[in-house]
Amino acid sequence: MNKDKILITISGLDKVGIVAGISNTLAQLNVNIEDIKQTIMQDHFVMMMLCDMSSSNNSFKTIKEELIKSGEEIGMEVWVQRKEIFDKMHTI
Amino acid sequence: MADFNEKDIIETIQMIKVHHLDIRTTTLALSLRDCISEDIKIAGDKIYKKITKYAKNLKKYADDLENEFSIPIINKRIAITPISLIGESAKNPDYIYLAKILDEAASEVGVDFIGGYSALIEKGCTKGDEIFLESIPEALATTSKLCSSVNLATSKAGINMKGVLKTADIIKKSALLTADKDGLGAAKFVCFCNSVSDNPFMAGAYCGINEPECALNIGVSGPGVVRWAIENMPKDAPLGEVANTIKKTAFKITTTGELIGRELASRLNIPFGVIDLSLAPTPAKGDSVAGIFQAMGLEQAGAHGTTAALAMLNDAVKKGGIMASSYVGGLSGAFIPVSEDAGMINAARQGVLTIDKLEAMTSVCSVGLDMIAIPGDTPATTIAGMIADEMAIGMINKKTTAVRIIPVPNKKEGDWVKFGGLLGEAPIMAMNKLDSSVFVNRSGRIPAPIHSLNN
Repeated sequence: MNKDKILITISGLDKVGIVAGISNTLAQLNVNIEDIKQTIMQDHFVMMMLCDMSSSNNSFKTIKEELIKSGEEIGMEVWVQRKEIFDKMHTI
Repeated sequence: MADFNEKDIIETIQMIKVHHLDIRTTTLALSLRDCISEDIKIAGDKIYKKITKYAKNLKKYADDLENEFSIPIINKRIAITPISLIGESAKNPDYIYLAKILDEAASEVGVDFIGGYSALIEKGCTKGDEIFLESIPEALATTSKLCSSVNLATSKAGINMKGVLKTADIIKKSALLTADKDGLGAAKFVCFCNSVSDNPFMAGAYCGINEPECALNIGVSGPGVVRWAIENMPKDAPLGEVANTIKKTAFKITTTGELIGRELASRLNIPFGVIDLSLAPTPAKGDSVAGIFQAMGLEQAGAHGTTAALAMLNDAVKKGGIMASSYVGGLSGAFIPVSEDAGMINAARQGVLTIDKLEAMTSVCSVGLDMIAIPGDTPATTIAGMIADEMAIGMINKKTTAVRIIPVPNKKEGDWVKFGGLLGEAPIMAMNKLDSSVFVNRSGRIPAPIHSLNN
């Protein structure tokens, strides 16, 4: 289902343990990672993860809160959004 | 596996985080035609019940969507059938009572504003309309969420000049009754030519009598995003290319609004109405229509060339937006309020943006002379002249025009006024001192223009 696709954007200074920290939280929440891309923007590390939350028993709200919390623990800003907003905005 | 493009993701997040892309309003339009009663108390009860039933979850669901898409939804509003029509069948048409009921219902469901304390009098008043008009200043002074509007002219009916003078009086009284808040009452009132029955923006939102039972109308915002897109272009890029960039940006802004609108309508289990393609500024730095003119290459809003820049902007926003949505409506044009736009405020403060220039600008965009603070001692006849001019622009050009001005009590040209929040702040602007009184006191109706006879 389209509604179950979420995009997580993590940004901040590059350091050890970013992927591990976020992935670990996702595993605990039973959210599946489908794709990961990363880039450097204005000296900032930016990682984007496409995930599917259809198998998770947690609500979007909980998933978002948990991810933001684990982002804070490693000093990274985390954005969690339903993927639809990107699909709508950038495709005709 | 679904695909995604990292540049798109970063652009979207920048649009929201840095350049103030937001959903300006989600407005529930609700018909109150079935609330009419001979007894005003019964009408009031029906109105309260209907509003609190339909709008019960508006705020909660909008907040949920804000969280899911990480895009701010600034205002949640309700627009109702012009209340003049609902109250006039009552034996005791106590409109102040209805105003309080509407305000209470709006507070109960947690919306920011409720609009529709309105009358449509372009051709003249009914007895009920006359009683209603008298109630507007007190209604605005004794409520906090209520917004009021009056339609004074259309391209088909002409301009009700008696109504224009009466409206000038309403504006003066509304400001005076709220003198302790710098005339805030007048900021919650707007008069129109060719008012729009599915407009989601305040102060002029109402649910037209030709509208369905209910619908969800959306207003997006994004002057900051448009400015950013233009600033990223070379300074010598031809205007055709600039227009194209605006179109592409408007498309992105509008699809987002459409997505949120459809999702919210579906959760509320009501039909999606329209998306209003307007660029609505806020006092926040960068979220400014005047900033777009600067990005296009004008020193400030008010420079010669501003009207041309605004005409192109307004048109390009529509061309880009129309592709992005099935149903476009409302006002759909760039807004040029003074006190709500940091760039306009600056230009007005320096005296380079005048009311005359603003009037010229309203001939190429929606909506009109908006959020302009003027000296409190401006005669009602001068305000009436100002309204008549604006109505004429709308009538002849078959477009919506409006006037929302605040004659700030006890303040004079050059003084400063702060309304707070989205209403912003502004200097008191200079008015033309010439006398219009004999003209506006002639009363009667300016006949509809020849091109209204198009059958």
